[in-house]
This record gives sequence, structure tokens and C-alpha cells, in this order.
Amino acid sequence: MRINIEVNGNLKTYDVAPDDYLLDTLRADNIFSIKRGCETSSCGVCTVLMDGKAVQSCTILSVKAEGHKITTIEGHQKEAKKLSEHFGHQGADQCGYCNSALALTVHAMKDEIKEPTNEDIKEYLVGNLCRCTGYEAQHRAIKLCLEDDE
Amino acid sequence: MEIVNYFKAKTIEEAYEKLQEDKANLIIGGGAWLRLSSKTVETAIDLEHVGLNQIKETKDTIEIDAYVTLREVEKNETLKNLFSGIVSKGVNGIMGVALRNLVTVGGSIAGKYSFSDFITPLLAVNTEVVMYKAGKMPLEDFLKLRSREKDIILKIIIKKEEMLGYYYKMKKTGLDFAVVNVGITNQDGHYKIIVGARPSLATFAVKAMEFINNQKEVTEKVMEETAKIAGEELKFGTNSKAGKEYRTELAKVYIRRGLKEVTK
Repeated sequence: MRINIEVNGNLKTYDVAPDDYLLDTLRADNIFSIKRGCETSSCGVCTVLMDGKAVQSCTILSVKAEGHKITTIEGHQKEAKKLSEHFGHQGADQCGYCNSALALTVHAMKDEIKEPTNEDIKEYLVGNLCRCTGYEAQHRAIKLCLEDDE
Repeated sequence: MEIVNYFKAKTIEEAYEKLQEDKANLIIGGGAWLRLSSKTVETAIDLEHVGLNQIKETKDTIEIDAYVTLREVEKNETLKNLFSGIVSKGVNGIMGVALRNLVTVGGSIAGKYSFSDFITPLLAVNTEVVMYKAGKMPLEDFLKLRSREKDIILKIIIKKEEMLGYYYKMKKTGLDFAVVNVGITNQDGHYKIIVGARPSLATFAVKAMEFINNQKEVTEKVMEETAKIAGEELKFGTNSKAGKEYRTELAKVYIRRGLKEVTK
């Protein structure tokens, strides 16, 4: 099947099978910021934005993304840089495998929730697992990043 | 799941016709649990463009179209405030936001998933399912349907009623499926008790409900006895998540706690 998806502002055409997942389609297009993790919708490292909402690319079929806008971290460089600086300062970074997905989820949260509380942040990010940091440092970094925007 | 063809229907009629063409054709919801199945689908039928993506409220009901996502259900302010928020609470415990942005109401119900955290609270309140051909029926009747005729869920209708609600999902880790889940409501002294993930599909604890609903006063002793009856009447099983005995004991504990919470 031939499908059209807007990826990071560029209209792309892909030849996909009906049961191809978006994760595989985008990685085959050399977008390697999207990580392959559990592939059971649990870990969140494959998260991308579809029309601004966080979705798991290991779970959504490529055909379902047709006609939608997909954003990966390459499409959010400026914001990602700001968040990664806070991550660095707070010691919220080790292997970095989950960072791209986490940054995109934070972006979606900012769009969806005005002035998120600590509880909102925890709840929103529950689907983004990190095996290195224990989440406290990430939480501090995200809070500081949000404060920068105020 | 292997999918041979993919069809994006423009109307419900078109989707229904395509569904009848081949036994192996299937309506695809959000597609979130495709990996759980190993079957081959001849044509997956997508309802994204048929206009089933609204939540409508009337004075007495809240109507949720089949293609509405669970995240939209979770965020709905009316549902947050109805039945002690048990429908929102149930949905909120399903994996992360990025998955709930994909999972649809229709897919969650049509799949009759035994681990469902959506079906259990919906059974505890007054929910009807509206099908394209079969029309409207209570959710409990839909869950018992064994019809070979393939139909399409259009929406669910939840009655806005005053009741106290309790929902609890016992899980081993934050993002896991339920080991057992319990939904309880109390509407003017009439109790409903539902237990899901036993590990089979959610069902009413009929004898326990009959017992408690015939009591003049719901004391702690009555609650204890109700939980015991539910533990005896419901069939629990063993799978990789938990054993039969463990599930039975858990259900009894959460039924007791739930009854306490909705009895005020």
C-alpha cells in the first residue's frame, strides 16, 4: 500500500504492508531517534507525536498514520535542547535511550495540560520507562523546563 | 496478527458490507492489541472516517461513539464526576497516555477482553451498547452474545445516575494487566458487584448482590458475608499472573473494601 504521512513537516510517501507498524516504517526511513523497546506498548521509548498527541509507534499501524502529522524529536530540536540541558544539570541522563520519547511526551503534556501539577506530570509520564535514573532527577528537570516557559 | 488488506471505510454502510464479504474480515479499532493475536485477517476495516468520534451529552445520558479514544473518555469532565469517577479511574489505569490515545471505545468493548479495565466499571453503571444492525442492548447482554452475525458497535450510552462507585485494579506492576479488578456501585441501597480479570471476562457476582440487596442494614458483617458469597460463586482461575486461590482471596478483600467505600 502507498501512504502519505507528513513527517516533521515534510510530506513523505511510503510503501507499506497493511500490518506494518509505524516504528518500522520510520526507522526504515532512517529516523533512528525512535527507539525499539518492548514492542508490547509498555516502555514508551517508541513514542512519537501524531497530530500533537503522544502515541506509541510500536503499536500503531503505519496505515493508520496516513494523512496525519507525525513529529519525532528531529522536529522538536529547539525544545529538546532546552530539556536536555536541564536533564544534564539535574543528572537525569544516563544511557539516553528513553530521552527522545520522554521529550516528546513532555511536549504533548504541555499542549494538553496548562500548568501541570506534580501529580499530572507523574501520571502523564507513567508510560515512559527509564531504567537508569529512578525518575526523581527527570521530574526535577521537567519541572524546571516547564518553569522556564512561564 | 497478520493483515492481508486494509480498508478505510467512508460510511458505516460501506464498512458493514465489507465486513460481511469474508469471514476473515474484521473491524479494527485502535489496533492496540493486535500483537496479542496470531490470527490472519483478510481485510481490516478502519472506521476513522465514518464519523464515530464524538462524545455527546443529553440531560440523562452520555453517549460515546465507538471511535472515541480511551484518553478522551478519561478526560471527560462529566464522567470524572459521575459514579465517584469509576469509569475515568478504570481507564486511567490502562498503560500510559500514548497507548490510551490509540485505544478506542469500540475496540475495547468488541474485543471482550478478559483483562479489561473498561468493561468492569461500565458494567457497574448503567451502560448500553448500540450496534449497527442489532440495535441497542445492555452491555451485559452484549458480552454474552455468541451470534455468528458480524455487526459494528456504533456507540455506548451511559445513563447519568446518582450512585456511589468503587473501582480497584490489582496489578503487580504499574503498567501491567489486572490480576483481578473489582467494580462496585451503590444506587440508593441497590448494590452491583462486578469482578473482572478472574482471569476470564468481568461478570456480576449475582448471589452476592442478591444477598446484600435483601439486607435491611449493610453492616460490616453483611459486607464480609457478601464478599465470601462472591468468592464462592465466581469462577476464578490460574494463569501466569496469579493463581486461583490468590485471585479468590484478593477479590474478597477488594469487594469488602469497596462495599465499605460505597456504603455511607
